[in-house]
Amino acid sequence: MSFSIQQENTQKEPNLQPTGWFRYFSFSLDHKVIGLQYLVCGFIFYLIGGSLASAIRIELVSPISDFMPREIYNQILTLHGTIMIFLWIVPVVNGAFGNYLIPFYVGARDMAFPRLNAVAFWLIPPAGLMLISSYFINGAAQSGWTAYPPLSITTPAAGQIVWIISVLLLGGSSIFGGINFIATILKLRRPGLKLMQLPMYCWAMLGTSILVVLSTPVLAGTLILLSFDIVAHTGFFNPALGGNVIVYQHLFWFYSHPAVYIMVLPAFGLVSEILPIHSRKPLFGYTTMVYSIMGIVVLGLIVWAHHMFTSGTPPWMRLFFTIATAFIAVPTGIKFFNWVATLWGGRISINSAILFSCGFIVNFVLGGITGVALAQVPFDVHVHDTYFVVAHFHYIVYGGSVFVIFSSIYHWYPKFTGKMLNEKLGKLHFIITFIGFNLCFAPQHWLGLNGMPRRVAEYDPQFALVNQISSIGALLMALSTLPFLFNVIYSAIKGEEAGDNPWQALTPEWLTSSPPPVENWVGEAPLVTKPYGYGEEEHKNDEPTNNELQSL
Amino acid sequence: MLPKTAIYTILISLTLILGGIWASDHLSFLPAVASTNAPIYDELFKVLFVIGTILFVGMTALVVYSLIHFRKKPGETGDGLPIEDNLPLEILWTAIPAIVILFVGLYSYDIYERMGGMQTLNHSHNNESEMVHQRLWGGIGSAKQETESLQSIPVLNIELTAMQFAFLFNYPEGEIISGELHVPLGQPVSMRMESKDVIHAFWVPEFRLKQDVIPGQPTILNFTPTKAGRYPIICAELCGPYHGGMRSTVVVEQPEEYQSWFQKNAKQPEIEL
Ligand code: HEM
Ligand SMILES: [Cu+2]
Ligand SMILES: [Cu+2]
Repeated sequence: MSFSIQQENTQKEPNLQPTGWFRYFSFSLDHKVIGLQYLVCGFIFYLIGGSLASAIRIELVSPISDFMPREIYNQILTLHGTIMIFLWIVPVVNGAFGNYLIPFYVGARDMAFPRLNAVAFWLIPPAGLMLISSYFINGAAQSGWTAYPPLSITTPAAGQIVWIISVLLLGGSSIFGGINFIATILKLRRPGLKLMQLPMYCWAMLGTSILVVLSTPVLAGTLILLSFDIVAHTGFFNPALGGNVIVYQHLFWFYSHPAVYIMVLPAFGLVSEILPIHSRKPLFGYTTMVYSIMGIVVLGLIVWAHHMFTSGTPPWMRLFFTIATAFIAVPTGIKFFNWVATLWGGRISINSAILFSCGFIVNFVLGGITGVALAQVPFDVHVHDTYFVVAHFHYIVYGGSVFVIFSSIYHWYPKFTGKMLNEKLGKLHFIITFIGFNLCFAPQHWLGLNGMPRRVAEYDPQFALVNQISSIGALLMALSTLPFLFNVIYSAIKGEEAGDNPWQALTPEWLTSSPPPVENWVGEAPLVTKPYGYGEEEHKNDEPTNNELQSL
Repeated sequence: MLPKTAIYTILISLTLILGGIWASDHLSFLPAVASTNAPIYDELFKVLFVIGTILFVGMTALVVYSLIHFRKKPGETGDGLPIEDNLPLEILWTAIPAIVILFVGLYSYDIYERMGGMQTLNHSHNNESEMVHQRLWGGIGSAKQETESLQSIPVLNIELTAMQFAFLFNYPEGEIISGELHVPLGQPVSMRMESKDVIHAFWVPEFRLKQDVIPGQPTILNFTPTKAGRYPIICAELCGPYHGGMRSTVVVEQPEEYQSWFQKNAKQPEIEL
């Protein structure tokens, strides 16, 4: 085997890296430090976004608008959506885990462009702080995270402009990250490592990064035009000046539909890493998994107008977008069947990581089913912009991405810190989260079907009881972060030592010390061509299976 | 061994299907049916609900079963069988969802057609010349069966103006402007909708119809009420601080009652000044 070719970037950035705990507060170029910076920073924003969600749910306990003024309600709603998407899920499933894991998976010592990587991260805290501080200075944006004109043009300009600038910065961060991931996966692979031997998360991140690079600039352009409409009184989207509000929606959703996949594809990738290890079986259907990711990428780019069925689309367009949208269920379905097949016949350790991953499967299946229903124009016409949609997308983004983030933290915490998380607290965390989540969002399907629109501070009193149930669920979700927070802090100090590879995993990040040294490996990086070869040693003498064919 | 598994699979699937059908018949998830579009919508809902329930319960059962049955027993070490793929199986679970999706897609297309979504809007609003350079974006047309059977009944034309935070209904014939929508039972209505400021949406859950009201771009919504009563009209598009309060009522009444309401409010030609 040829172990001799060394990576260029090892030589370029020699030992500039600070060591010790304070490196997490510095402009470090180490991908692992940057990854954890993304994770911790994202989690802080999650706590803020979650507090805002609690405020929304408190307002909705009673049918009248009594907890806060209506303008503030809309500001909080807008901040909640924006923070959760742009400051929590996107940075964490991409930036945090991507940065931490991808260099290990391709056998590199860092990302392709370490400085760009650090810049991408350091755009986030100021953008987030700016976004939130607009609430205290002049009132935050209040036209929802979609910022549809003309509402976004006619509400107070200051907050809206700050909103636009923050989203532009965050979009820039995401594009830098995307370019870096594509370059790292395609160019920094260890010699001898083929694309079809990479762990699945690499494929997920490759697909995601393609989406990021293709669609984020469209959002940026759109928001720049919108800001011209607001400050310079141009008329791109302002109907009073001859602008077209539907064009904004097309451009906005050209980014924001793929954004859903930017939030869930990496989550799919992470689950594909976690399930095989804890069920001691290879990932089922590697090849179809890869094709289905690419299928999702292609279909994801051509379905945006399903958000606009009630706004003004010609009939043929509705038909096209219905069929294209519904067909995403096929590649997505393949992935879910493959995961279940991975579990099937395994030796599954029932731990917090696998519980959150399986919780994700169950929740996401429901979110996917309501998604296929929403893709059907006649169905969507009734429930669009209602609580049914709120329920649907929280099943996707919370039941999907957030469950996976927790699963991943339980799984990789020993790698990050060298300590184990407490399993009892972890299971407690899972149970409260799962119950709270379903209690909060399942009843909202009914609310939407029966006539409760979304983004309202006041509603018909007939919906009070169901809203109260939902708010109790939200309260449980808020409570569920307590055992988690305690666990993460307590275990870092007093946790059980993990050893280098507590799960006896075969993926490359586990084949070094925990936490790993600055350049990932002392000496050569191992060449891992079978990241999922569980059971192969043990069952070597069983009847031949098709994995002989596979390794050709 | 295999036949047993097959029998179980069939039995479980049957239970799921029957359960789904039962649930869709016995649980009510939707408000009253009050337009010709609504019963067609509810047919689709039922089909989607049955398919969705089967899938959801099936997948959940698979996951829970795996977690229980294949969990690592105490003291057990070692790995599962290194099974990496199974092409026929993967083809099967690509093909079946694809067929189901195609079926659902075509079926919902049919529903949409019957709800009147695909037809060119047969609005009889005057001023044809205006339509030439102003693009009218369809909401949804009248339900199909109705256009065939109720063709003799004249269409009632209404104009809706939405603004922060109210709906105004204008009856061109009687020059009535009203904050409440009155419509006679069984008569097709064609409503032309315009917004004065931001985007609003017109939604009547009991009609299963919703259409955005877009500034600078009038839209049309056709419907025929089929059940007398008062139903909420809800603005479904965030339109500012009082969005949640932007509501009105549609009063569906017997033709005679409607006539008397109309007479009472219409501008009398002889009183012209
Ligand atoms: C922590 C638990 C959460 C709770 C209790 C919660 C609750 C809510 C509520 C009550 C709304 C208002 C719905 C409306 O009136 O339209 C909302 C909106 C929203 N939420 Fe969450 N949410 C949570 C987590 C998340 C997460 C993790 C995301 C990630 C993307 C998210 C994204 C959004 C978005 C995009 C909106 C729409 C905002 C808008 O209409 O502009 N939420 N959420
Ligand atoms: Cu409105
Ligand atoms: Cu509104």
